[in-house]
Amino acid sequence: MSEHPTLDQPRSTGDKKMLISMTAIGVICAFFIVITHQGTLDKIAKNKAEALDRAVYKVLPGISKITPFYVGTEGKLEEKPFGDKPQQKIYAGYDSTGVLKGIAIQGSGKGYGELLSLLYGYDPNTQKLIGFYVLESKETPGIGDKIEKESFLANFKALDVSLTDDHNKIKNPITVVKQGKKSNPWEIDGISGATITSRAVGEIVRTSSEKTLPLIFKNKKILETQNNGQK
Amino acid sequence: MNPPTHSNQPDKGFFSQLANSKSADEFVKGLWRDNPVFVQVLGMCPTLAVSNSATNAVSMGLATTFVLTMSNVLISMLRNFIPKQVRIASYVLIIATFVTITDYMIQAISIDIHKSLGAFIALIVVNCVILGRAEAFASKNTVGFSFLDGLGMGLGFTFGLFCIGTVREILGNGTFFAMQVMPESFEKWVIMVLPPGGFFTLALWLLIFKGYKLKKAAHE
Repeated sequence: MSEHPTLDQPRSTGDKKMLISMTAIGVICAFFIVITHQGTLDKIAKNKAEALDRAVYKVLPGISKITPFYVGTEGKLEEKPFGDKPQQKIYAGYDSTGVLKGIAIQGSGKGYGELLSLLYGYDPNTQKLIGFYVLESKETPGIGDKIEKESFLANFKALDVSLTDDHNKIKNPITVVKQGKKSNPWEIDGISGATITSRAVGEIVRTSSEKTLPLIFKNKKILETQNNGQK
Repeated sequence: MNPPTHSNQPDKGFFSQLANSKSADEFVKGLWRDNPVFVQVLGMCPTLAVSNSATNAVSMGLATTFVLTMSNVLISMLRNFIPKQVRIASYVLIIATFVTITDYMIQAISIDIHKSLGAFIALIVVNCVILGRAEAFASKNTVGFSFLDGLGMGLGFTFGLFCIGTVREILGNGTFFAMQVMPESFEKWVIMVLPPGGFFTLALWLLIFKGYKLKKAAHE
């Protein structure tokens, strides 16, 4: 720039003004956003927790009490949060007599565009997925949001996720098939017209369940006895 | 905006009143004469998509009103400061800021509303009503007038969405603001809550508005 002061001078003052004004507007905008973010943080966290609570009741029919568990290192479940890293949480649901009815597991991954966050219910007695709920989705309205429609949710009434006999792996990994082609209990009927979103759901549930279900089996005793003794 | 304060001529006397009636006019024009939905036919994407129930329509309308009013005010404040070459980029930046703020506020008010409006909150950024008012009005007028213009246009947009949303919800779901208004035996017109219903209802309202305008023009 300094080599051609005469040539660049008039243009660079214009550029400078543009740069300054854009930066100034950016700073003002950032200021507004930060203030709002700080001001609404607690309220949003509270609302989200309540919504999650309601969702757990939705994916685990017939429960009357929820206890959260934290997934610890070396595949242990803890009742209290530990360490300073955020841990994955699972929610054990019990009926009024204190019997374990199922476990709600949160899974998230990439949808068609942005993050897709799901909650699904698992019944360890029948080894089936029994409920499904979309927590957060920015899928295309009218297309990707069909995963919240009754016809797709029906896939999760009794989706087979039985583990192998040593409880380390899922026998038949969940697969998404073309709409109307479902022939095995571990298959999800996809949505024609929303192929990518429905496959993303299958992928999220598959990876999440492969990771979490063996862990639940290992800790089944803790989960079952948790609610019987005290409280 | 300096209306001539004093003059002997009768038509100038009218001018001093204009200072007051003009502000009323800036507000009312968006509600009726230049209604964004029924007259300007702008912002059709959210209009058709989020008007499947009265609740969705009103919450979307109010969210848009907030963004429109606030961005109009800020753009008007900065109108002499923003270089002409980067004005659209600046407007989009300002509008996006208020959309982000709205997004946080709706989440703080109700997660359910946030969920049902879905991706459309983010899409307020590209609602052409807002960018249109920024370019056509706020960049050329004082803060006060821009505020009134934004508020009027926003409420006019809300009114438009509400008109469509009410018809679609009552016919398509038998409810009004989620309250049952139709008898149990009422057969729901499911198509009304689906996208085609949006087009039908919008066309119907446009027909009514146009018919009314033509009739009025014929009288005059």
